[in-house]
Amino acid sequence: MTEFFQHMINMLILGSTYALLGIGLTLIFGIMRIVNFAHGELYAFGAYFVYFVAVLLGFNFFLSLLIAILAGCILGALIEVVLLRPMRGADIDTTMLIMIGAMIVMQNTEQYVWGGVAKSVSTPFPETPLVIGAFSVSWLRLFVFFAALALIAAAYFLINRTKLGRAMRATFQDRDTAALMGVNIQAIYMATFSIGSSLAAAAGALLGPVYVVSPQMGNIASLKAFAIVILGGLGSIGGATIGGFILAFAEEMGAGYISSGYRDAMGFLLIIAVLLFKPTGLFARSERIG
Amino acid sequence: MKRFLPWIALLALASVPMWLRDPYLLNAFITTGIFIVAAMSLNLLLGYTGQLSLGHVAFFGIGAYTSALVSLGFDVELIGGFRVVHEPWPVWLGFFLAILVSGLCGYIVGKLSFRVRGAYFVIVTISFAEVVRLVALNWVELTQGPLALTSIPPITLGLPGLGYFDFFSKQSNFYLVLGVVALSYVIIGRLVNSRIGRAMVALKENESLAVSVGIDVTRYLVLAAVVSAGIAGAAGSLYAHYLKIIDPDVFLFLYTVTMVIMVITGGKGTLAGPIVGGLIFGFIPVVARSFASPELQWILYGWFMILIVFVLPQGIVPAIEKWFGVGEEARGPGGTEPKMQETH
Repeated sequence: MTEFFQHMINMLILGSTYALLGIGLTLIFGIMRIVNFAHGELYAFGAYFVYFVAVLLGFNFFLSLLIAILAGCILGALIEVVLLRPMRGADIDTTMLIMIGAMIVMQNTEQYVWGGVAKSVSTPFPETPLVIGAFSVSWLRLFVFFAALALIAAAYFLINRTKLGRAMRATFQDRDTAALMGVNIQAIYMATFSIGSSLAAAAGALLGPVYVVSPQMGNIASLKAFAIVILGGLGSIGGATIGGFILAFAEEMGAGYISSGYRDAMGFLLIIAVLLFKPTGLFARSERIG
Repeated sequence: MKRFLPWIALLALASVPMWLRDPYLLNAFITTGIFIVAAMSLNLLLGYTGQLSLGHVAFFGIGAYTSALVSLGFDVELIGGFRVVHEPWPVWLGFFLAILVSGLCGYIVGKLSFRVRGAYFVIVTISFAEVVRLVALNWVELTQGPLALTSIPPITLGLPGLGYFDFFSKQSNFYLVLGVVALSYVIIGRLVNSRIGRAMVALKENESLAVSVGIDVTRYLVLAAVVSAGIAGAAGSLYAHYLKIIDPDVFLFLYTVTMVIMVITGGKGTLAGPIVGGLIFGFIPVVARSFASPELQWILYGWFMILIVFVLPQGIVPAIEKWFGVGEEARGPGGTEPKMQETH
C-alpha cells in the first residue's frame, strides 16, 4: 500500500508538469490548427536554458527558471514569425512538415552545441527528502509540483480572465468572425504560439533538474504532449490538465506494476485506445475529427 | 521519349556496378535503393491517398525483424508457459514472410486508424511505431533487445538445376535491390493507374464527394495501407539481410522522416518522385560527410526540408515536368506520367 501511495505522489508531480506541456500544445493545436512537432524541442530548450544560465553562468536557480520561461516565449514568437506566418492558410500537413523540419534542426543543434552526454542541474534544495510517516518526497519535487500548479493557474487566468484570453477563445471558436469583430488574428497567433512555447519551456525547466538534460528528451516529450491533448480533447485546457495527470497515472502504474521498460509505451497505448473508442477525447465538446 | 525514360534510367543504374569499384559508394547505392523502396511505399499512402503515415518505419522494421527471425530461428516462452520454438528456415522464405507479416500489420493498423483523419491519423501511426519499437527493445528473449540480432544470413536463392546463389557480395546485392525497386515501381504504377488508383486519388481530392459517388473509402484506404506496408516490409527484409545486423533503432522516427523527406522532395503522387528524392537524400551524406558531422548533416536536412516546403511544395519531379511543358492535362491520375496510361 505504501508503494501505491508513493506512486501516487510521483504521479501528482509528473502530472503537473505534463499538464503544462499539454496546455501549451492544446492552445497551439486548437487555435492555430498546427501539429507542433517542435513542442518537445521547446521543452528540451527550457531544460538546456536552465542548465546554461544556472550552471554555466552561475545565476540564481529561481531566476534561471524565469529566464528560461522568458526565452521559450521569445523563441516561440520567433518560430511563429519566421516559419509559420509565411505559411498562413497552408493545409495542416504542410505546416506539420515545417514543424518536423524545425524539430530536426532544434534537436540536432542541441546535440551539436551541448554534445550527447546528459547534463545535470544542481539545485539549492536540501538533499534529504521530506519524510511524512512512511512516505518521502524530495524538496525539489515538491517545489516543482507547486510551481507547475502556479503556472497552470496563471494559464487559466490568462485564458479566462484577460482580454487577450478572450480574443484567443474567440479565435478558437470562429477565426473569421473574430477577425470581423476587430481581433488582430496575426497578433493572436503569435501570442498563442509564444505562450504555448513558454509553457513547454517551463515544463522542461522544471523537470530538467529533477531528471537529466539530454538532446533526446524532446522527442518523447512531443509525443507525450500529443497523448495528453488527445486524452483531454482538442483545445480543451481543462481536458489537457486532467489528461496530464491521467498520462502520469498510467505511466506510474505501468512502470510500477508491469515493467519499467514499458513506461513510455503507456502513453502511446492510451492514445491508440482513446482514438479508437472515443476519438473526440475524454472531455471535449463535440468536435469534428480530421 | 518520355516513355523510354524509365528504361534508360534502369539501364544506366544497372551499369553502375560495372564501372564503380569504390565499395563505399556502392554501399551508398544499395542502402539508398532500400530506402527508395520504403519511400515508394510511403508515397502510395501519402501521395495517392493523401494520408500522412508517420509510423511507416514500423512496417519497415517489422519486415526486417520478421525476415531475420525466420531465417535465424527463435525460442521464446509466451505467457502461461507456452513455448514457441522455431528452427531456421531458408532466407527467401523469410523475405516473403516479411512482406506477408508487414502487410497483415498494415491491414490491422489501417482498419483501426482510418477511423480518424488528418492530425489524429498521423498521431495514431506514430504511436503504433513507438509501441513496436518499445516491444523490440524490451522483448529481449525474442529480439535480443538493444544487443541486436546479429549474423543474419544473406538472401539465398535456390535455382533448379543451377544450384544455390547467395546475395553476399555488394554487386549482387545491388542488382537485388535494383530489381526490387523496379518491381515496386511497376506494382505501384499498375495499381495507381487502375480503377483502384483512380478511386484513391478521388478520395484524396474530395473525400465526401468520393463517398457520394459510391466509393468505399475505408476499403480503398486499407488496401493502400496493406500494399504499402508489404512493400515497406520487403525493404526492411532487404535491409536486414544486407546489413546482417538489426537493433531496435531501426524503428526510430528519424527513418520515417527520411522517407517523408525523400517523397516530398521528389514529388508526392508521382512514380519517379521517391526515386529522385531518394537519390538526392541518399547521396547528400556521401558528399556532406567530408565537411560535416552527423548532427550538422541533420541540421542541414531539417533546413532543406523547410526550404522545400516553402519554395517547391510540389517537389522536383512535377516542377521538371512543368518546365518541359508536360502540363496538367497530359498527366494521368494522381499526376503520374502519361506513359503508364498508354501501355494499357
